[in-house]
Amino acid sequence: MSNQNRIYKGGRIDRDLAINFKFNGKEYIGYQGDTLASALLANDVHLIGRSFKYHRPRGILTSGSEEPNALVQLGLGARTEPNMRATEIEIYEGLEASSQNCWPSVNFDIGSINNFLSRVFPAGFYYKTFMWPPSLWLFYEHFIRKAAGLGVAPTVKNPDRYEQKFHYCDILVVGGGASGLMSALAAGRSGCDVLLIDEKPEPGGYLRNTSAKIDNLNSNDWTNEILKELESYDNVTILNRTAVMGYYDYNYLTALQKVTNHLPYLSDKMPRERYWRIRAKKVILAQGAFERPLVFSGNDRPGIMLASAARTYLNQFGVLPGKSVILFTNNDHAYGTAIDFANKGAKVTIVDNREDIPSELSDRCNKVKIKIYPSHSIINTHGYQKIKKVEIQKVDQDNNELTGSLREIECDLVLMSGGWNPSVQLFSQSRGKLEYHSKLNSFIPKDLIKNQKVVGCNNGNFNLLEVLKNSYQAGLDFATELGKSANKSLEIETAFEDLEFTEAKVEPYMIGKKKVTHGSKHFVDFQHDVTAADIFLAQREGYISVEHTKRYTTTGMGTDQGKTSNVNALALMSHIHNKPVDNIGHTTFRPPYSPQTIGAIAGRNVDHLFDPERKTAIHQWHVDNGAEFEDVGQWKRPHYFPQKNENIHDAVNRECRAVRNSLGILDASTLGKIDLQGPDVAKFLNLIYTNAWSKLEVGSCRYGLMCNEHGMVFDDGVTTRISENRYHMTTTTGGAARVMSWLEEFLQTEWLDMEVFCTSVTEQWTVLSISGPNSREFLSSLADVDISKEAFPFMKMKEGKVCGIDARIFRISFTGELSFEINVPSRYGLFVWNEFMKHGKKYDITPYGTESMHVLRAEKGFIIVGQDTDGSVTPKDINMDWIVSKKKEDFLGKRSFSRSDTRRIDRKQLVGLLVNDKKTVLPEGSYVVDEAKPRPPMDMIGHVSSSYYSPTCDHPIALSLIKNGLNRMGDVVKIPLMSGKVIDATITDSIFYDKEGARNNE
Amino acid sequence: MKYSAINLVRNAFSYHENWQKAWSSPELKKDYDVIIVGGGGHGLGTAYYLAKEFGVKNIALLEKGWIGGGNTGRNTTIIRSNYLWDESAALYNHAVNLWEGLSSELNFNVMFSQRGLYHLAHSVHDMQEITRRAYSNYLNGIDAEILNQDQVKKNIPHMNVNGRYPVLGAILQRRAGTARHDAVAWGYARAAENLGVDIIQNCEVTGIDVSNGIVTGLQTTKGSVNAKKVGLVPAGHSSVLANMAGFRLPISSVPLQALVSEPIKPILDCVIMSNTVHVYVSQSDKGELVVGAGSDSYNSYSQRGSFDMIEHIMGPLTELFPIFSRLKMLRQWGGIVDVTPDRSPIIGKTPIENLFINCGWGTGGFKATPGSAHVFAETVAKGEPNKIAAPFSIERHFSGALVDEAAAAAVAH
Repeated sequence: MSNQNRIYKGGRIDRDLAINFKFNGKEYIGYQGDTLASALLANDVHLIGRSFKYHRPRGILTSGSEEPNALVQLGLGARTEPNMRATEIEIYEGLEASSQNCWPSVNFDIGSINNFLSRVFPAGFYYKTFMWPPSLWLFYEHFIRKAAGLGVAPTVKNPDRYEQKFHYCDILVVGGGASGLMSALAAGRSGCDVLLIDEKPEPGGYLRNTSAKIDNLNSNDWTNEILKELESYDNVTILNRTAVMGYYDYNYLTALQKVTNHLPYLSDKMPRERYWRIRAKKVILAQGAFERPLVFSGNDRPGIMLASAARTYLNQFGVLPGKSVILFTNNDHAYGTAIDFANKGAKVTIVDNREDIPSELSDRCNKVKIKIYPSHSIINTHGYQKIKKVEIQKVDQDNNELTGSLREIECDLVLMSGGWNPSVQLFSQSRGKLEYHSKLNSFIPKDLIKNQKVVGCNNGNFNLLEVLKNSYQAGLDFATELGKSANKSLEIETAFEDLEFTEAKVEPYMIGKKKVTHGSKHFVDFQHDVTAADIFLAQREGYISVEHTKRYTTTGMGTDQGKTSNVNALALMSHIHNKPVDNIGHTTFRPPYSPQTIGAIAGRNVDHLFDPERKTAIHQWHVDNGAEFEDVGQWKRPHYFPQKNENIHDAVNRECRAVRNSLGILDASTLGKIDLQGPDVAKFLNLIYTNAWSKLEVGSCRYGLMCNEHGMVFDDGVTTRISENRYHMTTTTGGAARVMSWLEEFLQTEWLDMEVFCTSVTEQWTVLSISGPNSREFLSSLADVDISKEAFPFMKMKEGKVCGIDARIFRISFTGELSFEINVPSRYGLFVWNEFMKHGKKYDITPYGTESMHVLRAEKGFIIVGQDTDGSVTPKDINMDWIVSKKKEDFLGKRSFSRSDTRRIDRKQLVGLLVNDKKTVLPEGSYVVDEAKPRPPMDMIGHVSSSYYSPTCDHPIALSLIKNGLNRMGDVVKIPLMSGKVIDATITDSIFYDKEGARNNE
Repeated sequence: MKYSAINLVRNAFSYHENWQKAWSSPELKKDYDVIIVGGGGHGLGTAYYLAKEFGVKNIALLEKGWIGGGNTGRNTTIIRSNYLWDESAALYNHAVNLWEGLSSELNFNVMFSQRGLYHLAHSVHDMQEITRRAYSNYLNGIDAEILNQDQVKKNIPHMNVNGRYPVLGAILQRRAGTARHDAVAWGYARAAENLGVDIIQNCEVTGIDVSNGIVTGLQTTKGSVNAKKVGLVPAGHSSVLANMAGFRLPISSVPLQALVSEPIKPILDCVIMSNTVHVYVSQSDKGELVVGAGSDSYNSYSQRGSFDMIEHIMGPLTELFPIFSRLKMLRQWGGIVDVTPDRSPIIGKTPIENLFINCGWGTGGFKATPGSAHVFAETVAKGEPNKIAAPFSIERHFSGALVDEAAAAAVAH
């Protein structure tokens, strides 16, 4: 029979729109407006899943985002999603969901053996065992890991898209219940920019479920009227299906909007979820309250749920989840649920642990034939997969013991209500302070942060008329502060809620048939199977701080983050230590409010948008000509240009020879370029670089090393004086951004008096580096300036036209060959490159990549910062003491050169290494020892930082940082490889080719 | 009572009502031989080793809040020793050696799980870096393997090795892994108390008494107390304590954040770190993905960072593991890390005689816990730096003899 628990009419579902869905492979029918939980309850399905630790059968506890039990695996394949709360999933045609944490099925779960062994598995049992033998821990752990976890992750890439959005508003109202609607209304009427956010498919909150009357309207109709007015304002935005997740400093909040989650079809136009970043001038929290479970023996069986949740299923979804109903409560408010159920034909019994029931209540119950057992407690429950029977007994309140005769009552639904806890999670995240309210026996907001208000039940007020009025006033007050006022006042005369919540004791636990610590299964945290006995155990063992109790027992650490369990756990601790709850304190509330999709926080920063690929103006040419690329920072750089069947070595050898013998061309556009302007640039460079800059003439270039405060090399490059007050600085490709921030940091925080302006111009210039003995002859035919040896010496710059394009030509070299670096505006880059390739044919112009560049510079002993230096290397260590000014009063790093360790003469120093067999190319990164032992450990004296086969020298070459290396020329050292082989090598000078530097002065 | 499977079963019969306190809450006495300030893993471990190995009898440990409540209880629980520099390698490997026997030593299961740690390389430069590290580790006697892309893909099938920054290879340390962070604090506390250490919680140090350049005692929220020696292990507030004693530290304190996902069934059985894509992630025994985020770029003592650090970790996480996109972040938090200029700790003497300090572990202190505690205990007991600790003296910041792990591992530890 389908929908056997559905009542004939009423609720917010559309009975004309039947929806087919599957749960655990079985087909069911629900209606438009149902959640998965309500639809399953309508079909009398109570068993939803299994608990985390003991694999106990679990049903539906709540009707909202605080649900700890009814978590399901939603969807299939790439779109499957674990741990989804059935109480929040709106059903759609074709929905498929299944139980999790059970095998082979939720009805018969092997893991439930844990339940029978639960006595040896108390809180923290794993700290006390699995220690012997130590080598087997990974083996034990394998099974622990398998048993833990809840749902399963998808195993293929997420096909859905998530969007992000920034939003700024005057007033953000969180929660669309009675109080939130009123605050939004006042603010909206005042003309403020209002954003109203509600978790549910439609606002209204509890007003949708109760029989309250406001003026002469029932609360449902009244809510619709208010919504209609709010929707008519252009200045009010209402977001449904949206949860505010994080509340950070200065009213910065994040929210997650479910956009298409509830739809049966997939839309290309719409994202699955939208992630909001909101900055609000004012925030009003109107999140309401959560009902508190009662901690009694066997309180976790399927068919035991919160009274308010049951009332929601009845009044909002038209579902009567049981016909023989027991209500276990400690407050008047829950009687409303009992009466609603009795009115719909259920047989209802009330077990109230209070002695004095107001006569008005008992009279009304009598009228609908509800039997009340005052001063009674449920002391035990029965029914494995669904509640069947409870045992109740009278409690002698004075002595806290059972008295009178035990009674058994058959039932198919147990409702519980232990009072209400204001939803203070977000407030607390904002760093507002909480206080304990002695009548509610729960935490309420105390010290608000700036530009924040908390209204309604969220603030501990449960009187409907007061809530409506105060919340409206809160909206007005904030509007006034923003200089706005409402043209309408609140016209509500009466608001009457039957059986309003006023107060409730917090019961640490209900006395049960078994002693509370003797396996009585008084559950505090349902998802994590934390019982009252576990809380007792933690206290007994000294885990007394509330944080220790949480971490030891795992209470409050489930996916609901303690929304249903925290206050009860604190009450238990308070009871055990005989201290007021205030003195126990509470754990820290952390974002997010509800579990939040990782993909939504990542947003569009995935796939090709994850991190931009930077490409030079010549990139497509490189692609078309078969370049192999390497990533250097964000840049794609040609690594080498293989031809036909060439491997990397063949290609690099060919490229290098071309440079040495004729003409090579390198796309050097990725080099960092910073334009420096202002009257103080020379002074600034004097402090930034180790060498002197005051006398650099216009049109001249100079190489510089930058050191950090420790005197360690940090970047290098050539800087050129373009005009009187303008300089062009180049940096390493990977270090460009770092250098830029470095310059700015000193300009903005240390040398405020300096007039220097830095602009990154890396992408503005395409840099073509031509290198080789034929480069001058080649360029002279394309440039309109005199580039003869006499007119254009080394380390000079000239401006002129190249291939008809305005260019800066630098005569600098990183290969040791005669070289020119031609900078042209990037939009002409490809044109000039193509011209070069065309005109260069007669010189067999050869494009080369970064690998050849590395080999060529290593042959010359030029360092690469970050490869031959590692943050522990001074200019002196790399034999570049000549670049450190001895005259300058100060520069970055200078102070450190006088420190005892930096001054040391036997530091690791850059030298060359030649393998004695003339064949082996040493692995880069291998370490050097004086004495090779049969096995590690061995004392290391340095490492190989660069190592290549040199086509120019026709043997391998290597650069190495070796302790005292500069004083050890000719010494033979050893390089032990991981294979066990040991290579002999001789320490040499670090320049392997053209030591005199004749070639670039050609 | 000894923790064991047998005792667990035995106690089941008495409903676990006979377990003793793991540690008690004694009153603060008037005089101690040694007082350790700071009840994190490093401080508790120090107290333990002082009592266990160095024969100190009269020890107190003062904690301003609850033990293990600072970075011990906030980190991503990663343990490894494959550091580049010899000094670091010695220190962290000493720790890994101790980790391997720690559960037995403390009779408390700290769940040290050597599930292996992969440090990913995404570029030629990264490959050079890990190769160098592997060689250095190899010659220091630390296990290291260089894997190529295929081997990585085979071992971690759900990882996307062909993304924006393809995974070209990885350095794998099999002896690396994770441990249960809270258990480390609790285990040391229980073992230390068994040896007579007074563990005093909710006791904040408000002043350090110094007379003629020698420490004599402490002012606390529970009154004043005399001490012959004091060891400061107050991660997150090291500068504050140093200031009380009248000296300065080269430390800046910044919030570092981390997060966990909802628990899911096992999907990732090793630890993944990537500096280039900037993420580190493992899966806890409970099933949560534990993800490390970055540290804020401004100084703060507030134990929460700015949210953009969390946002910045999600792109990299889903880039490396596209299948994690639909999972949910359950909780994010922050802790305060004390960072030194060279990202290496300061362990040793201070300008005040008999006052010692162990601090500046930056973003990677948890992994060192037993090693740090052990070398610091010896330093405090003998008044002279232990051999492994010696390179980490405060002096190096004056001499320039830095152990610069900042350059070696720019991002994560």
